[in-house]
Amino acid sequence: MNKHITIHDPTLRDGNHAVRHQLTSNNFRRYCLAAEAAGVPVVEVGHGNGLGASSMMVGEALLTDEEILTISRESLIKSKLSMHVIPGFATIKRDLVKAIDLGVDIFRVAAHVTEADICQRHIEYARNADKNVFGVLMMSHMADIDVLVSEARKMQSYGAEGLVIMDSSGNYFPDNVAERITALVNNLDIPVGFHGHNNLGMAIANSVAAIKAGCSLLDASIRGFGAGAGNTQLEVLVAVLHRLGYTTGIDLYKILDAADVAEKEFNPVAPFSSPMSIISGLSGVFSGFAKHVETAARDYNVDPRDIFFELGCRKAVAGQESIIFEVAQALATSKENVAGSNLTLL
Amino acid sequence: MKLKVAIIGTGNIGTDLMVKIMRSENLTCTLFAGRTLNSIGMKRAKEMNVPISDQGIQAIIDNPDCCDIVVDCTSAQAHITHWEVLENLGKTVIDMTPAKLGDLCVPALATQKWINGRVDNINMITCGGQTTVPIAYALSQVHKDIDYVEVASNIASLSAGPATRQNLDEYVQTTEEALRSFSGAKRSKAILVLNPASPPIDMVTTIYAKISNPDIDRITESVNNMVDNIRQYVPGYQLLVPPIVKGNTVTITVKVLGAGDHLPQYAGNLDIINCAAIRVLELIAHARKH
Repeated sequence: MNKHITIHDPTLRDGNHAVRHQLTSNNFRRYCLAAEAAGVPVVEVGHGNGLGASSMMVGEALLTDEEILTISRESLIKSKLSMHVIPGFATIKRDLVKAIDLGVDIFRVAAHVTEADICQRHIEYARNADKNVFGVLMMSHMADIDVLVSEARKMQSYGAEGLVIMDSSGNYFPDNVAERITALVNNLDIPVGFHGHNNLGMAIANSVAAIKAGCSLLDASIRGFGAGAGNTQLEVLVAVLHRLGYTTGIDLYKILDAADVAEKEFNPVAPFSSPMSIISGLSGVFSGFAKHVETAARDYNVDPRDIFFELGCRKAVAGQESIIFEVAQALATSKENVAGSNLTLL
Repeated sequence: MKLKVAIIGTGNIGTDLMVKIMRSENLTCTLFAGRTLNSIGMKRAKEMNVPISDQGIQAIIDNPDCCDIVVDCTSAQAHITHWEVLENLGKTVIDMTPAKLGDLCVPALATQKWINGRVDNINMITCGGQTTVPIAYALSQVHKDIDYVEVASNIASLSAGPATRQNLDEYVQTTEEALRSFSGAKRSKAILVLNPASPPIDMVTTIYAKISNPDIDRITESVNNMVDNIRQYVPGYQLLVPPIVKGNTVTITVKVLGAGDHLPQYAGNLDIINCAAIRVLELIAHARKH
């Protein structure tokens, strides 16, 4: 079992989702300094969707990638500077080249769990530039274990030096995490990492299950600052890991101080599990569907939560909004057939 | 006499194009060349009695007279070497990859210079480019000073073959450049999301623009006219959400349903770039007849 756990801190990237990508230069500077002081080994910064992702579709960031990287680079000495990269948003020529010039140490190249092959060129490019490169599989709960393993092996074959799975909807329970991490550790030659979300209050427990299954890298954000219900809470994770006898290289008191800095910097936004986060976590469905689901529920007079669960059964993914009305209609029909001839839906 | 077309690249794009060519009264596919005879596309070509080869570009070098025109459906990287060969052979080439060596072509906007034979490397931009550039152009006909245009396409994972996946960067760069060059927008951004949902999603694309004081009535009229124009050669092109103005932003969503020739209807991305290429081929065939 690994006794040392490397922590990656995406507070200044995933947290940007929580403030519609409006983190300021002071936010970046002050939190970088606090993380550096606490000995956080890796600090990930940027727009919520990573490099080159500031857009009208996802949300325009207050600062450019260049501004974010310049400020962060100035504030980090021992801590490594990391960037999230989603091919389809970020390109090598427009984004990676500049990020390398600006001193990024680590690139984490990410794709939806079934689409690893779009990462090949970005991983190879960053590796050839002598950068430390990880492959990241997002929405990892949506693939069966054999698919997850084969996509992870693709990332490894492209040159990824580590593989991180994201629980993007906060859907996993510890047993699910343990099963998946075990399969990955058994089938990969590179370190495996876990990125938790706290929709069902499981982020810390899931992270502990991950390391017990052989994972050696965990993502965690200060005060859980991240998209939706928030991420694994960093200062809690450090406390828990140390008590369990793991080392992180992070100073507990100083990370608690960083939490105080964050409270001032990022207030009033403290992530919590809203009713919609809980339903999204339970159903494993993209929370961005919420608005469409509410409209469809009104139109067909069905409970929006039922729609969410049915979407989960059908493995709906972002971009598939059109299926919502079909599901609502089907639920309305089955409600009329009280005899239960159509119970397959529920 | 039908215009003789050779296709290199037997993936999704090449196969769909071959089916469309064989349906045309003015075009015929005289060579379908790739690297393996075992692909689905090769089997389809054999069934349709289209001459096939597993020698790729070499099949054209060995027999240059087999075709009047070559359509390259491989990858941006491969097109660079293919073009060196084909230029020496004096072939007009339609480039379906985002290699961007030749002039960018959107049939809805201008066709004259392509059919007069003044351009011998015709670049079809990208599927997203064919979908969005005409709309950005329609906006620029109303407002000359577009600050920013952004296009985001969601396409079904199953419709994106290996070359498309390898060429995401070229897709983004070529689409962005085409948006700026046709609409005059100062800045542009293109985003492509592969969606693995089952059943597969239809191709849906949203166009966002920043324009000061947008005139919604004139924009709507200009966009509607352009959609009618595109539908003449892409029947499955639909305005899903008509132009919406909020402050200084304009949003338009379009959907492209495919004809279901090679892949099912959801693969509108395949269809639109191939329909655009067919349009150019038909115009060239017509011009060469007269």
